[in-house]
Amino acid sequence: MTRSLIVLALVVLAGCSGNNATLPDSEAGSAAASGTNTANNVAGGATTTGMGAQGGLNVSRETPGEGSGPLSRLVIYFDYDRSEIRSDSNEMLAAHGEYLSANNDAQVRLEGHADERGTREYNIGLGEQRAQAVRRLLLLQGASADQVRTVSYGEERPAMSGSNDEAYGLNRRVELVYR
Amino acid sequence: MKIFQVLCSKRLFACFISVSLVSSAIGQLRVEIRRGVERPVPMAIVPFSWEGLGAVSPFDVSGLVAADLGQSGRFAPMDVRDMVSLPSLPEDVRFQDWQIVEVDYLVIGRVIEDTFDAYTIVFQLYDVLRGEPIVGYRLTASGAELRTASHRISDMVYEELTGLPGVFGTSIAYVSEQQEGDETRFRLIVSDADGANPIIVADSPDPLMSPAWSPDGRRLAYVSFEGAQSSIYIQTLRTGARERVSARAGINGAPVFSPDGTHLALTLSRDQGNSDIYMLELATQVLTRLTQHSAIDTEAVWTPDGESLYFTSGRAGGPQIYQIAARAGARAQRVTFEGSYNARSRISPGGDRLAVVHEDRGNYRIALVDPDTGLTQVLSTGQQDESPSFAPNGALIIYATQEDGRGVLASVSTDGRIHRQIVSVAGQVREPAWSPFPRI
Repeated sequence: MTRSLIVLALVVLAGCSGNNATLPDSEAGSAAASGTNTANNVAGGATTTGMGAQGGLNVSRETPGEGSGPLSRLVIYFDYDRSEIRSDSNEMLAAHGEYLSANNDAQVRLEGHADERGTREYNIGLGEQRAQAVRRLLLLQGASADQVRTVSYGEERPAMSGSNDEAYGLNRRVELVYR
Repeated sequence: MKIFQVLCSKRLFACFISVSLVSSAIGQLRVEIRRGVERPVPMAIVPFSWEGLGAVSPFDVSGLVAADLGQSGRFAPMDVRDMVSLPSLPEDVRFQDWQIVEVDYLVIGRVIEDTFDAYTIVFQLYDVLRGEPIVGYRLTASGAELRTASHRISDMVYEELTGLPGVFGTSIAYVSEQQEGDETRFRLIVSDADGANPIIVADSPDPLMSPAWSPDGRRLAYVSFEGAQSSIYIQTLRTGARERVSARAGINGAPVFSPDGTHLALTLSRDQGNSDIYMLELATQVLTRLTQHSAIDTEAVWTPDGESLYFTSGRAGGPQIYQIAARAGARAQRVTFEGSYNARSRISPGGDRLAVVHEDRGNYRIALVDPDTGLTQVLSTGQQDESPSFAPNGALIIYATQEDGRGVLASVSTDGRIHRQIVSVAGQVREPAWSPFPRI
């Protein structure tokens, strides 16, 4: 009887576990890392950002997460215990807002995250505040409400494990996941 | 001497016992005393004699009783090799044998095979100094129930000697996270309070969080992120059947049952993205909003009378604990004032104390708070301690901590004297929730 209980539980769960929409930790880690690199490129490479700002109308031809422009960034980072969007993320979010506005079929899921400090459910609240801050900005840029969904993972899916400032900085983030 | 009949058949958790097959596949927990009382009470638990077919009893009843009492940190059971005699019948007990080795209490007993798969355990507890019997019991159990029966004996001895009900027969639920190849597995596990008999009740590649027991100990509410959204499920442990009770937009988190089991308090953010506390009547699905604030409100817990709830709120800047009546439109009152950070409270069974996560000079530690005076006493010594949960006798708190960068469980007595680590053999474990007393 009891073994059938376990089997039943596993069968029930197996039916729900077939989604591959979320990034496994390893991919999330590399996404976070490439996000950092892109941020560095933006800071050091005025040519690419200048092109994007001037020729804004061709943004829709780019694909989120590819290339080296602002649309290629899929992760934004936050300060400790804050959900305000840093100014260094404005350009990137503007590009995503315009992309969504120009591509009505595109849908994005905003996954909010927190570092491990603080309690787990409180961090779920913090991750959601961060995802909602990004959502509001995307809507201001012309995305429609049904294109943008939020989910908060709190501290449950860290981009980098470890109890240090580097990991904390990479984990306080919102990831944009296009479907 | 009193002899009571205690039947162990058809008990609530009996269904878990026969599946120890599963145990080898997942990490078992092991209890280690890190700091006990200064002078644990010396006692002797004599190996119980075996009367049945076969050379030995199918289960080492007295061995588990000795392990339980030793792991409580309050008793020091003596090594069997140091025992001068091994009595199993009252007429064979010579108190001088035990006075000479300075034990205060003595337990003797027998395991008798009545028929196929039906056993009787008889045991007696003695006060060695006075040279008198204290109490004796008789229990019956099937082979699969011998472990439960052994914990029951530990509970009876513990209660007789401390005045507190024992919690050896209770269970804990916790979350484990394990890397398997490229994949992370999240599992919700229910085990005996000593970590034995771990049973996977939910298994997912997406995070599982915040297990909470129903007051009758038959169901668990928890959060699951399957399908890339948060949902709250209530799962019946015996059957494994589960029901999704909340999958609204945004956060569906921090579920806790009301003391009468009719409602769930939970955290929802809905469309606005801002966490507030709600109350869901399970039979009707009627939702009542309890808090409405732009700050994060979450981590609710009911008072034992069901009239009000404590919750964490960031409305004063850092997280603090507040109390609010369990009805729409009530006003929240701040409860914690000591320190800049108090969160995720759980309430003692008597309702007189809160266990919280408290920031103590840069470390997150478990503290006890008197909700009437706000007086705060730090109990744990880690850096990342969280998720406190009271044992149903109110004497112990289990919580999550880190050791060498790994998530482990630990427990501390509410008097702060006994510290135990519950070490996981594989994977990381966290978010322990102590079950209510099993219904007999």
